[in-house]
Amino acid sequence: MADLHIDFAGIKSKNPFWLASGPPTNTGYQVQRAFDAGWGGAVWKTLGDPVINVTSRFSGLNYGGQRVAGFNNIELITDRPLEVNLREIRETKRAYPDHAIIASLMVEPKQEKWHEIVKRVEDVGVDGLELNFGCPHGMAERRMGSASGQVPDLVEKQTYWTKEAAETPVIVKLTPNITDITATADAAVQGGADAISMINTINSLMGVDLDTWNTFPNIAGKGTHGGYSGPAVKPIALSMVAECATQPDIQVPISGIGGIENWQDAVEFMLMGASNVQVCTAAMHHGFRIVEDMIDGLTNYLDEKGLNSAMDLVGQSVSKYKKWGDLDLNHKRVARINQDYCIHCNKCHISCEDAAHQCIEFYTESDGTRALKVREEDCVGCNLCSIVCPADGAIEMIEQPSDVSMTWNERQRLISVFGG
Amino acid sequence: MDSAATHAWKIFDEVKPDMKPKEVMEEANRCLFCYDAPCMKACPTHIDVPLFIKKITTGNMKGSARIIMEANPVAATCARVCPTEELCEGACVLNDASLPIMIGDLQRHTMNWAMKNNPQLFEAGEQNGKRVAVIGAGPAGLSSARELARYGYQVTVFEKQAEAGGLDTYGIVPFRLPKHVALWEVEQIKKLGVSIQTNTEVGKDVSIQAVLDGFDAVILAIGMAHVPPLGIPGEELDGVFDAIQLIERVKSGHVTDRFSGKKAVVIGAGNTAIDAATCLKRLGAARVQIVYRRSEKEMTAYPFEYRFAKEEGIEFRWQTQPKRIEGDENGNVTSVVCAPIMLGEKDASGRRRPIEIDNAPFAINADIVVKAIGQMRDIPLIEAFDLAHDHGVVAVDPLTYQTSNPKVYAAGDVIFGNGKGEAMVVAAAEQGKKTAQAIHEQLLSKI
Ligand SMILES: Cc1cc2nc3c(=O)[nH]c(=O)nc-3n(C[C@H](O)[C@H](O)[C@H](O)COP(=O)(O)OP(=O)(O)OC[C@H]3O[C@@H](n4cnc5c(N)ncnc54)[C@H](O)[C@@H]3O)c2cc1C
Ligand SMILES: Cc1cc2nc3c(=O)[nH]c(=O)nc-3n(C[C@H](O)[C@H](O)[C@H](O)COP(=O)(O)O)c2cc1C
Ligand code: SF4
Ligand code: SF4
Ligand code: SF4
Repeated sequence: MADLHIDFAGIKSKNPFWLASGPPTNTGYQVQRAFDAGWGGAVWKTLGDPVINVTSRFSGLNYGGQRVAGFNNIELITDRPLEVNLREIRETKRAYPDHAIIASLMVEPKQEKWHEIVKRVEDVGVDGLELNFGCPHGMAERRMGSASGQVPDLVEKQTYWTKEAAETPVIVKLTPNITDITATADAAVQGGADAISMINTINSLMGVDLDTWNTFPNIAGKGTHGGYSGPAVKPIALSMVAECATQPDIQVPISGIGGIENWQDAVEFMLMGASNVQVCTAAMHHGFRIVEDMIDGLTNYLDEKGLNSAMDLVGQSVSKYKKWGDLDLNHKRVARINQDYCIHCNKCHISCEDAAHQCIEFYTESDGTRALKVREEDCVGCNLCSIVCPADGAIEMIEQPSDVSMTWNERQRLISVFGG
Repeated sequence: MDSAATHAWKIFDEVKPDMKPKEVMEEANRCLFCYDAPCMKACPTHIDVPLFIKKITTGNMKGSARIIMEANPVAATCARVCPTEELCEGACVLNDASLPIMIGDLQRHTMNWAMKNNPQLFEAGEQNGKRVAVIGAGPAGLSSARELARYGYQVTVFEKQAEAGGLDTYGIVPFRLPKHVALWEVEQIKKLGVSIQTNTEVGKDVSIQAVLDGFDAVILAIGMAHVPPLGIPGEELDGVFDAIQLIERVKSGHVTDRFSGKKAVVIGAGNTAIDAATCLKRLGAARVQIVYRRSEKEMTAYPFEYRFAKEEGIEFRWQTQPKRIEGDENGNVTSVVCAPIMLGEKDASGRRRPIEIDNAPFAINADIVVKAIGQMRDIPLIEAFDLAHDHGVVAVDPLTYQTSNPKVYAAGDVIFGNGKGEAMVVAAAEQGKKTAQAIHEQLLSKI
């Protein structure tokens, strides 16, 4: 059976599944329950000077009858006294020495503040530190969270201050509310970060009530922007992990966060360069028990792939993630409809007709029934029909023989050498 | 095989098609993944339903199969024959809000995957030096054998039939439960090192004393026996059959044209009667009537079985008591003479007592009569073991499944009491599991 142990910047964990900093890691009681359920590690709810939370904090995006396709929150960092958190961390670490406990930290951007809190949490035995430069609401107004996480200089400086005091590995958690995540990732590395984690939540407004015209969520009739998380943010998180993993300057391990619900999501993040993953919303939606299938599914997957260790997955797809200019312009694929599986909803036809290249047309079979066929010479292989098709296997995208590969960058180079 | 024979076999193929891939995903994703889920509690073997369904949604089919089979060693069979609307599906929280999750069908999907891919799900425990004999390789015996092997016992199963599986292999009609499904489950248990000795009847091929002396514990899982006599005149006529023997022959591949075009009467209204009736239809009978002395309400067959029978064109004649079977000069059945019935007060089993209306007998024309009025008990064997019993129902401690002889345990139909609805495969499987646990607890101190 494959080995799920990971070594994340020196932090050992019996599997790659950690709870992300958030409501599930608010107390010792919860973290201990999580460890009992099988989680390899937990990033404690962000510590700092206690705050006051509003009530009514969350909102869910339901899509097509499924709950929590996305999730939005306006919760702040921990609202419990630091001493209480520290005591519970100590107790939990004592009772679960083989599980990783990471302290998430957020203080004012002042050197002595960072030095002080690092000392205090390391004293109670944490395995590592995560600097929360991500929270998009509430804390930003106090120049913390994403307000400091959006300024590369502040990221670098605060990381540096932390490293001055820290004896355990320092992970810098990045905000996605920025144009180019590699800029802040790079700043973290410059500041001496041992690892980076991403993403924190994304600026969002969940919705507006059609009857009351109040926002979701609303606090006495008023709302504010919150942080978006859950399955809907996974592609954004994955691309940010990929951006960082492909940067030659960023050589530190990455912890992948954002929309991870099951082992399959986790494998994707690991293939794209994450050495472990963190989960918040899915645990809020279903409870800690989801980790059982994450562990079991990952083990079975590794066994099936003939891999001995979960670490063998890390970064395997990174070399496949390129700049657009490095993609082969001569590559060609076309859609083909398999009549055996088609259920004749005609959705591919109308999508192609109205929104693509008008190349899926009706014809009449010998028995008089109407069916659809792709005019392959006009198909640009955009995938739209196969995306909207509800019948598995009905539309296949077929690779076409093509000329020798030629990327945009190669083409531009040739033009510059030989002229247009 | 010639084409007629091929055709005859085709109609005995499993009726219910496999779920389609899209259907599987839609249905599995509809499950709420409830906590402390009522479906799980309603399953007699307590399969972790939300978890096995979650694993389908994540493509972890091996994990899904493991979760199911961990709780139920005969889960491929159960997915086909359990009265799910009375068990897991009946308890699903979505019954009120929408439609219940098709738990049985999803379980069948996972088990079909397992039968196709044969993953190794379990391993035998480290040998602990103790030996257990299991008498009878039906679901109760197999389930106990599987669990004991995982605990490290050396298990020998004695089975009088040529193949293991009990009624799963021989008794439940092939178009609901193909024989290969039951035999696959037997294979999984053999893989754990359990020795299954078929064609070996305890009390005949092996002596009771040898079994009692040669093992540290004995599990009696002999089920029930054949259909009892009706006790009415004409039972010896040519054309009178025992439902269980009839199905057994069909399941063993004996498809005859003996019933083709015939008018058949099946006596009784449990699952056995329905299986016999639908079997007769497939064997070509022109008309099949089920005759039952009580009413539709008292019938013990599962609702899904009853629905299936009606779809297959089986006719039901309620409140009808067969009085005698008449025959022609050659000794062939010609009709069943019946008396109409009135229903009186409730009896001990909670069902209304049938009262015959005299002076109104009528005849139902028939060439074939099939008896399906329950099953007899192997009282001679039970007595040869010297076990306390009530009319052949072996008495056990409800917690430990120990009989009056502390070394002998009993599980499955052999302890199934009369008047408690219909016996179930899933209940037999659970009892087998519990018996294994009880034996382990008893013998553990001695290991
Ligand atoms: C026609 C029919 C339809 C049914 N349909 C359903 C259904 O749809 N759903 C459902 O849940 N249940 C159904 N049942 C009930 C179900 O089959 C039984 O409850 C279940 O098989 C009981 O399991 P068991 O292991 O106790 O006994 P059995 O399955 O009867 O197995 C007992 C085994 O012991 C063997 N044996 C007996 N004596 C000896 C001996 N002396 N030595 C060695 N071996 C011996 C027998 O040959 C047999 O293989 C049906 C039963 C019948 C008859
Ligand atoms: C209600 C809620 C509270 C959160 N609180 C914190 C926090 O205190 N510190 C932090 O670093 N991240 C916090 N997060 C962000 C999560 O750790 C995580 O980065 C984000 O939710 C994306 O992952 P997910 O899709 O698995 O939830 C919070 C998220 C949610 C939903
Ligand atoms: S989840 Fe618990 S704390 Fe939150 S609103 Fe519901 S009952 Fe209250
Ligand atoms: S979308 Fe798919 S199923 Fe619908 S008509 Fe096109 S090929 Fe057929
Ligand atoms: S009760 Fe229904 S919805 Fe809930 S876990 Fe069971 S099958 Fe799923």
